[in-house]
Amino acid sequence: MGQSNGKQVFAPWENPEEKPIIRFGGVTKRFGDFTAIDDLTLDIYAREFFALLGPSGCGKTTLMRMLAGFESPSAGTIELDGKDIAAVPPNKRAVNMMFQSYALFPHLSVYENIAFGLKRSSMPKADVDGRVGEMLRLTRLEAFARRKPHQISGGQRQRVALARSLAKAPKLLLLDEPMGALDKKLRQDTQFELMDIQEKTGTTFVIVTHDQEEAMTVASRVAVMDHGRIVQVATPDRIYEMPNSVYVADFIGDVNIIKGNAKRLDEAKTEVHWAEGQAPFLGTTNSEVQSGAACFFAIRPEKVAITMDRPKSAANAVSGKVLDIAYLGNISTYHVKLATGEIFKAQMANDRRIARRSFTWDDKVWLSWTDTAGVILAR
Amino acid sequence: MTGRFSWFNITALTLGFAFLYLPMLILIVYSFNESRLVTVWAGFSTKWYVSLMGNDAFLDAAWVTLKVAVMSSTLATVLGTMAAYVMVRSGRFLGRTLFSGMIYAPLVMPEVITGLSLLLFFIAIGLDRGVVTIVLAHTTFAMCYVSVVVSARLVSFDRQLEEAALDLGCTPFDAFKSVTLPIIAPAVIAGWLLAFTLSLDDLVIASFTSGPSSTTLPIKIFSAVRLGVSPEINALSTIMIAIVTLGVIVASLISKRAIVRQQEDEQKALQK
Repeated sequence: MGQSNGKQVFAPWENPEEKPIIRFGGVTKRFGDFTAIDDLTLDIYAREFFALLGPSGCGKTTLMRMLAGFESPSAGTIELDGKDIAAVPPNKRAVNMMFQSYALFPHLSVYENIAFGLKRSSMPKADVDGRVGEMLRLTRLEAFARRKPHQISGGQRQRVALARSLAKAPKLLLLDEPMGALDKKLRQDTQFELMDIQEKTGTTFVIVTHDQEEAMTVASRVAVMDHGRIVQVATPDRIYEMPNSVYVADFIGDVNIIKGNAKRLDEAKTEVHWAEGQAPFLGTTNSEVQSGAACFFAIRPEKVAITMDRPKSAANAVSGKVLDIAYLGNISTYHVKLATGEIFKAQMANDRRIARRSFTWDDKVWLSWTDTAGVILAR
Repeated sequence: MTGRFSWFNITALTLGFAFLYLPMLILIVYSFNESRLVTVWAGFSTKWYVSLMGNDAFLDAAWVTLKVAVMSSTLATVLGTMAAYVMVRSGRFLGRTLFSGMIYAPLVMPEVITGLSLLLFFIAIGLDRGVVTIVLAHTTFAMCYVSVVVSARLVSFDRQLEEAALDLGCTPFDAFKSVTLPIIAPAVIAGWLLAFTLSLDDLVIASFTSGPSSTTLPIKIFSAVRLGVSPEINALSTIMIAIVTLGVIVASLISKRAIVRQQEDEQKALQK
């Protein structure tokens, strides 16, 4: 594990000695003609909070169902703790799942729901009571033990589902869109609660979500998926700051993408010639970009400064006209039309009151950013 | 705009109910008739009920009918539920439509043909006709009804509940027993009741498959009526109507109370 500021940073994926708890080796899953998972290889480490992120139909749920044992791979191997689990049925796996619909048993009370898995293990009756009590306290459900699932709120149901799937202390907990049914405010609270519980129990969590904000909030690493393949696996900050493709950059957050031609200056710096007669954009890049090849210049709107006059020392600057202003409360997004016709998004924090905002529609403005703010992508 | 009790509504209601219940009402009234002649009223009496109690042939037939109904409906419920489960759960496979069609075909098959084919089958395998053959025959056709009722419930059953049970360590059978069955229980019970009533009033198939020692009540009544309607039969029919009415009332009370209790619970949950 790496050291940073004298504090241990959790990054087992950077340690070649570390053995993964889950290893997908060339896994393919086909349903008839449809390939849901396409030759996928992935390692997940113990105590990780791992997010599978992608649009619906990208195969993330199939991947999770294969871990739970409800689907088996058409090709390739899945290892849990170094052992191939292909032949192990779901009821024999040290893996538990929290279902998207929660799948609480409607005929059983909250207590009985949580005790359901424990009663089917070799645990003595007295210990079952203790363990259920512990789970009820962990999820703050003590007062609802005797209620039936239809007698509690959505947020409480979600916590029952979590308690039930954690009760057997699985090596791996799978969460299928766990917050999909909650409203935004509750979802944000629950995300932090979930991280807290993950830390307390030390369980490895794998979460499936299509909500990029949620993945970024909770996960130690995020895998962005598309059409049964993993496009990029990295920590949330690297996914955001150093996307490896336009797909990832576009899926995570807001981004301006400009197509152009690359000209490598040195190891890290590259120019992008994007329009006739316009100064090239300067940005950082990865090794994939070839000099002279077509490329994409990606820059996040919050990294673009918007000013009346051309800033003197900016590495990149371009002028345009304000087309639209989206006021979001804490920030405003300006849509600026460049002379070449491209529309650029720039964000500004609203640290002043609304009356003193400096730009309005049709104002001529300058957009500028530093030489390291933009990323140049090959695809 | 006509009100809720306009003359049209009242007439329609009266005609409708008269059409449905007048024949039964006449039957009930004449079961308390003093006279031996069914169509001539000669004063109130319960003597036909008393004489019915002494009529062993009717009582035996009633007992056979009850035995057959309980056994066949139970068997049909088990088999019908299994069939429904397999058809709903197995998804698509080659010949699925054929299979499901074959499960439901006996619903539309003329009873005479079902009865005749069963008769030929029992003779072919050398099974003596009696209670066992009627039970088997009733199971065969009642099973389809159970299967229809149960599969309607299973289609809307959240599959994830079973997966959750498997995930928590249940074997597939354990998952069915402790999760699926308790949840679909109302449909299974409804299927059983349906099978029970179907068996109770079946005449055609029973007359093909019954033996000399195993006459069911419908056969008995039918053959008795051909010799002339005796007031005893009126009495017997009245008792059957009473039993069925009682059963329906009890069943609806039970389900109503369950709904009320659930609503109360939900109300409580909201207040907290």
